[in-house]
Amino acid sequence: MTHTKLVAATAVLALSCGAANAIDLTVVSWGGAYSKSQINAYHNPFMEMNPDVNIIHDESAYEAVAKLRAMNEANNVTWDLVDAVASDAIRLCDEGLAMEIDFDNMLAPAPDGTPATEDFGDLIVSDCFVPQIVYSTTFGYRTDVAEWGGREPTSVCDVFDLENFPGMRSLEKRPINNLEWALHCDGVALDDVYDVLSSDEGVARALAKLDTIKDDVIWWSAGADTPQLLADGEIVIGSTYNGRLFSLIEEKGAPVKMLWDAQAFDLDGWIVPVGLPEDRLAKTLELLRFATDTQRLADQAKYISYGPARMSSAPLVGQHAELGIEMAPHMPTDPENAKNTLIYDYRWWSDYRDDIDAKFQAWLAK
Amino acid sequence: MSAHAQSETGFAAVEGGAELRRRLRRSLRWQKARALFLIAPLLLFILVTFIAPIADMLFRSVENDLVAETLPDTVEALRAWDAGNDSSPGPEVFRALYFDLSLAVEQKKHTRVGSRLNYESPGIASLFRRSGRALRSFETAHFRDHFLAADPAWESVERLTALFSDAAVAAALPESARAFGIWAERNARRNRPPADYLYVMLADELLAGGGGSAPAGVSGDHAALISAVLPGLGDIREPDWKAAFIDSDDDWADPDLWQTIRIFSPPLTEGYFLNAVDLKKGIEGIESRPESERIYVVIFIRTLVMSLTITLACILLGYPVAYLLASLPISRANLLMILVLLPFWTSLLVRTSAWKVLLQQQGVINDILVAIGIIADESRLVMINNQFGTIVAMTHILLPFMILPMFAVMKTIPPSYVRAARSLGATSWTAFRRIYFPQTLPGIGAGSVLVFILAIGYYITPELVGGTKGTFISNRIAYHISTSLNWGLGAALGTILLAAVLLLYWIYDRIVGIDNVKLG
Repeated sequence: MTHTKLVAATAVLALSCGAANAIDLTVVSWGGAYSKSQINAYHNPFMEMNPDVNIIHDESAYEAVAKLRAMNEANNVTWDLVDAVASDAIRLCDEGLAMEIDFDNMLAPAPDGTPATEDFGDLIVSDCFVPQIVYSTTFGYRTDVAEWGGREPTSVCDVFDLENFPGMRSLEKRPINNLEWALHCDGVALDDVYDVLSSDEGVARALAKLDTIKDDVIWWSAGADTPQLLADGEIVIGSTYNGRLFSLIEEKGAPVKMLWDAQAFDLDGWIVPVGLPEDRLAKTLELLRFATDTQRLADQAKYISYGPARMSSAPLVGQHAELGIEMAPHMPTDPENAKNTLIYDYRWWSDYRDDIDAKFQAWLAK
Repeated sequence: MSAHAQSETGFAAVEGGAELRRRLRRSLRWQKARALFLIAPLLLFILVTFIAPIADMLFRSVENDLVAETLPDTVEALRAWDAGNDSSPGPEVFRALYFDLSLAVEQKKHTRVGSRLNYESPGIASLFRRSGRALRSFETAHFRDHFLAADPAWESVERLTALFSDAAVAAALPESARAFGIWAERNARRNRPPADYLYVMLADELLAGGGGSAPAGVSGDHAALISAVLPGLGDIREPDWKAAFIDSDDDWADPDLWQTIRIFSPPLTEGYFLNAVDLKKGIEGIESRPESERIYVVIFIRTLVMSLTITLACILLGYPVAYLLASLPISRANLLMILVLLPFWTSLLVRTSAWKVLLQQQGVINDILVAIGIIADESRLVMINNQFGTIVAMTHILLPFMILPMFAVMKTIPPSYVRAARSLGATSWTAFRRIYFPQTLPGIGAGSVLVFILAIGYYITPELVGGTKGTFISNRIAYHISTSLNWGLGAALGTILLAAVLLLYWIYDRIVGIDNVKLG
């Protein structure tokens, strides 16, 4: 009897505590330096302004699509704001798992009054996706390779040149970007890459080009792999996210340089899951509006070398919070770095990804 | 059985035997219930957290109701289409598609069907996405104009809500009522005027009912509202749906697209299973996938072969260790046991990463070999990101699962047997081969089953050190569950893996006998 009473009393206490005070918002992101930059630039200032909000960090963005689908099927969505790459956001939108965003009403205009749709411009690639940063997948190479005889790679095609630049390379263990680079170095203009890839012959051509270096490639699946392999001297050149290379070069001082040629742009941003209760949704939208305004996006660049997605944020990008170096030259969007870029075609890949992945995996296994 | 019957007649002979028998039965039942009650928490726990999710996941490998649920009329209309003459279906199919797709877009389900069909034929996902947008520009405004000209009340959401909540109207115009319900659920509060497709459906259903007068049973205001639109309703020209769809995207004229929709319209499909063994469902039946896309059979075989190799390596390495453990005095055996268990308590990821550091080309082992001059600096050994690395790392990780059951069995073998054999003149090799080894077989059996079944479903180690030729089928399952979201294919691959394990277990039972397996 006393037992039951005790349990009941505890339950009542727990319930009343939960209801009376703070709203917990669960924000899902990628962890590491990236989450840290978001916490410093967005979450902490927001919680200071809204003492009734408590932001809980979840680092499972890499499986966000699958988890959101499962949550939606179970009718119990426990996430409020989710960081996703554009291709995942497009799929979440397709599956009806992400809310459609009314950009001009839900998001802050630029300081000069430019509406959000114009400020984000072409980067709005889905109705459900609020872009946050532009990052790129690009190559880093070691500067102390004896066999290279003082030569340094200047073009992405040097990755395919085993004669002048011998040594192991690393590429991501998926077709995206690799096929584009391979075709580009097989003589296809970057603008025509997707037209060529749309046919079976185009895919075969790209794989044939990759065949020429297949024996010298280590395939990575985690963003941390290439920096580690470069630092250990296990590879001489490898692709990864530009922010990882920044931290390897500037923060750890490894003898590595960036090869920005044909860097592949990609976007990362926020989606709001459908099916949130009213009170959480209201706060989430408030946080979304705050975290994607011009100043906040510029602030994030103090902590990590990814370019803010708003045009109006670019002039506000300052120095690194700890290293004190100017961040603008390290941004993938800096004109000096973005002379030759590959624009990742989300729509195209959302159609062909499964099909080409099967071919790519079959090729890898051969 | 006969003893039981005897005791029952025995009881019956006693006065009040029936009563006694009932009491006995009751107490037996009570005992059974109590036993069940005791295991109930475990049973329930396993059912809810283990069996049910697995069953649900397995069912996904054949489930396919999305297409027929989202495009019901289209699927129905497609049945009559003769695919033989290589032309796209007739206008009635496109008309059905307009109705189905309008409602699907309203519920944001069209893109889900698109993604489902995209697994079978790339390009369908964006076709559905694009067409969902294009529907808005189809020329259907004159339907609305006709209704509003007859009575402006046709634009009032309140009036329409009242109209369709009238049971007689809902019974006479079920399709329109359903469509309005779906539309209203999403739009009524946003103060939007009713969508065009609602008027097209209404016109269609009213004309189907004769179009002469308001449907029977509808009276009063509602009858008046409906009657007002009837004159001239039959003269409204429907757009050429087929032309409209093909204008918006010429992929709709492609007969292959319609074949795909038709093939994948039944509520159950074997398509995922066929895909999982490198086959596909084509127009002429089951056919092999093009060679450039065949992948799963190779990986299944590789998974089996590598798991067997790992099991064998564990036996070879584990047997002497277990023997040593079993024959040493307790105090020293304990120390050795801790050495065996220590890696067991270290995180899997840490151990896998440690192997990376040891085996890579600039790693510890290669450095040592170069330093002592066994290999040249240019020809460092490649020991990781291939099958060798996977086998080494996984053998190390799974070794305790082999050593522990072996040790437990060896511990129970009395040393006097081998001593007796030796005293009768057997050499130490014969004594081991004829006396000791056969008695350790149950331990080897238990360890092998454990290691093999763990190995066959391994995921993280092959992913990290497997490179391109050391990955397992579980890596592909994980890819389909979390990246490509093709859960059906992931489930089919998982089902095949489960079936393979059960089959091997059965074969093992037939050959060795599962009673022969001892964990101690």
